[in-house]
Amino acid sequence: MSMVLNEEQRLLQDTIDDFLSSNAPIEQLRHLRDSHDEKGYSIDLWQQLTDLGIPSILMPEEFGGFGFGFKGLGAVMQQMGRNLTASPLFSTVVLGASTIELGGTESQQKALLPSISAGQLTLALAVDETHHHQPLNSATSLLDQDGQLIITGKKVFVLDGHSADKLVVVARSSGNTGDPEGLSLVLVDSDAAGVQIDRTKYMDGRNAANIIFNNVLVSHDQVIGDLGKARTILQKVLDRGVIAMSAEMLGGCQEVFDRTLQYLCDREQFGVKIGTFQALQHRAALMFCQIERSKSAVLSALASIDENSSDSSLQASLAKTLINDCYQHVSNEAIQMHGGMGITDELDIGLFLKRARVSMQILGDSDFHKNRYAELNGY
Amino acid sequence: METIEKFRLDTRDWLIANCPESQRQPIIKDQQIWGGRRRSFYCEDAKLWFERMRDRGWTAPSWPTQYGGGGMSSEQAKILDQEMKALGCRPALYDIGLWMFGPALLEYGTEEQKQEHIPKIVRGEIRWAQGYSEPSAGSDLASLKTRAEDKGDHFLVNGTKMWTTQGDKSDWIFCLVRTDNDAPKQQGISFLLIDMATEGVLARPMELINGDLEFCQTFFDDVKVPKNNLVGKLNEGWSVAKALLKYERNMMSIMSSIVEKEEGDIVAIAKHYVGLDSSGKLANNSLRSQLTEHLMRAQGDALNALRLYQQHKSGVVDGGLGLTLKYLSTSEQQHKDELLLAIMGNRGLSWHDPIFSKSEKKTVKNWAYNKAHTIAGGTSEIQLNIIAKKALQLPS
Ligand SMILES: Cc1cc2nc3c(=O)[nH]c(=O)nc-3n(C[C@H](O)[C@H](O)[C@H](O)COP(=O)(O)OP(=O)(O)OC[C@H]3O[C@@H](n4cnc5c(N)ncnc54)[C@H](O)[C@@H]3O)c2cc1C
Repeated sequence: MSMVLNEEQRLLQDTIDDFLSSNAPIEQLRHLRDSHDEKGYSIDLWQQLTDLGIPSILMPEEFGGFGFGFKGLGAVMQQMGRNLTASPLFSTVVLGASTIELGGTESQQKALLPSISAGQLTLALAVDETHHHQPLNSATSLLDQDGQLIITGKKVFVLDGHSADKLVVVARSSGNTGDPEGLSLVLVDSDAAGVQIDRTKYMDGRNAANIIFNNVLVSHDQVIGDLGKARTILQKVLDRGVIAMSAEMLGGCQEVFDRTLQYLCDREQFGVKIGTFQALQHRAALMFCQIERSKSAVLSALASIDENSSDSSLQASLAKTLINDCYQHVSNEAIQMHGGMGITDELDIGLFLKRARVSMQILGDSDFHKNRYAELNGY
Repeated sequence: METIEKFRLDTRDWLIANCPESQRQPIIKDQQIWGGRRRSFYCEDAKLWFERMRDRGWTAPSWPTQYGGGGMSSEQAKILDQEMKALGCRPALYDIGLWMFGPALLEYGTEEQKQEHIPKIVRGEIRWAQGYSEPSAGSDLASLKTRAEDKGDHFLVNGTKMWTTQGDKSDWIFCLVRTDNDAPKQQGISFLLIDMATEGVLARPMELINGDLEFCQTFFDDVKVPKNNLVGKLNEGWSVAKALLKYERNMMSIMSSIVEKEEGDIVAIAKHYVGLDSSGKLANNSLRSQLTEHLMRAQGDALNALRLYQQHKSGVVDGGLGLTLKYLSTSEQQHKDELLLAIMGNRGLSWHDPIFSKSEKKTVKNWAYNKAHTIAGGTSEIQLNIIAKKALQLPS
């Protein structure tokens, strides 16, 4: 599992770093938040990112991909985490396009992947039905009636579900809630009859949606993979999502830590820099240790996707748990070490705190992933 | 690439052909083979395995062949290590000289010193001890007081060293001694090699909290030491000591991975003592969660070490990563020990009474002993100081 970036991936990281810090600084997120922007992300920025080819990073070469691999994507996600960049990259590409790439037929791929690459189509994965991530607990039903499929049910906290053009819906055609078998992945147009979407605004400025499916009709050719057999594809897509989100969190965590170190070097009290206090030095050193450990787990997990490794699920749960706990801790310490200024909206520190908490829930909190890790290890 | 793959296969073949079955069982502390004048083997197989490895220089795989080493590149040495681990081969030789002193001597010693000492380390003929700490010089090592006076044709050494690991079983000791009382404290220190058989040297064991007698207080009473036993320049021993420190940290992680093997698989231990519920989960939810947290942190630490290795191989090393390893791995070992005790309940409370099994006693003894990991080789607090200064550049 190679955790170091190759030449091209490093170049990509530098390019995206330059681009985001000048075109998508944190003020942009503030602006989107304060203006109650309809989409919650900048359409211009997404267009620029597509011009740079970012959505194609993961795509197979025949659909315009560059072969930077998942480690390349990880480098981009880290920079987005550092800049708190809001974009459809995660929902549309990491989750949406992956589903089509891994499970779609050739004609589905041809119909959808190029328009995703061109920034003309956005997707959202509609999986959870309660306030904790539990993908197998999907109860939304998928009925086959005279060759017509009918979806009925409710999805909650669908990331970017308020703005996506199409939804990838996890629905059940057989089995009971909790069964790993009997699930399907179905493409549904957001404006299809019977689809009701209500936007949810999170505290970090990002958005999700609660979506009701009321006898929504879809045709068989909108099913991704075989009917009732989505288990493996869904698993892979979710693992990719977990790992990519972990990379974003790693970037955010490193950024808020760097800003805190800077503050320790700048701020004076008692006539000295507060960074000379050993109590703070040790806490900073502890954070650093924790960050390095999480970073190794995240980089290794990214590599596991590129290397098609059989333990990607284990690595995904490892990475997400370590970075969940790390980002939580570091964002709390960051506030504390900034003193009173840390709890004002004037500084950006609080934005990282909020992003940390939202991303900790995305595709599974630490309890979920610890439980999965234990199950995969046979206890 | 092809040659390195071939090297791997050849190495594997040789190990399979030459490592006796009994030397492919998890290592037990009492069966470790330490070198030295009083070297002994608990069985014929161990002797055979040691001799075969020694004769190839594979006890010190990456040291130059001219001093008896294996002459391997770091990549080859890593492959040997991986192959040995994969086959479960025990380390053929344990020695502080091998892990710490030898690498530093190769860096700083004169040709004459290397020729005299390195082959004997590779061949396990001399066992080395470390003489740094003193009763009043621990973390603040540079305040050490043991003196070496220049008497023309020799140094005359007087003072006391503390914590000399296996001092009573060692043959030679590398010491930090004060050679200039007036200079600022780090600048009056020299690095001196002393044969412990010399008159006036006495190593007296101290009992540890786990009953072991591995550590000595070593007394030097008018000990005469030849002048050419000085490593590096007079009064410049501190730089040798600092170079050696990095090898010491490596050693600490080698030591914790060795202890690891003694305990066996913690998941199996947990299943044994706690049991599984009807759904196949560990019956105690809190312990199940703690076990997972431990396994995850330990896996993260393993990946950290692997990443550092990959960075060295690729030539792009980020400075801070290496500084985290000792703090992380030693703390995690202690988390694991506490977790083992929690898992064992009242069966994890003694190493004296016959009602406890051999492995129970061992686990508890290790739990007590491993408290030393966060103290020896630079305490955890000192590690954090170093990280704050070197990696994070915080002001002082
Ligand atoms: C098992 C074991 C094996 C050893 N083997 C050897 C050996 O072979 N040869 C040898 O020479 N030595 C050896 N040592 C000694 C070891 O290097 C010292 O114990 C270690 O350096 C700490 O010194 P000390 O014990 O005097 O503790 P002290 O330095 O007295 O420390 C006491 C406490 O104060 C803290 N402290 C001290 N300074 C600071 C600071 N600046 N900032 C914050 N906290 C601080 C420490 O972290 C510790 O918690 C060994 C020790 C052990 C436990």
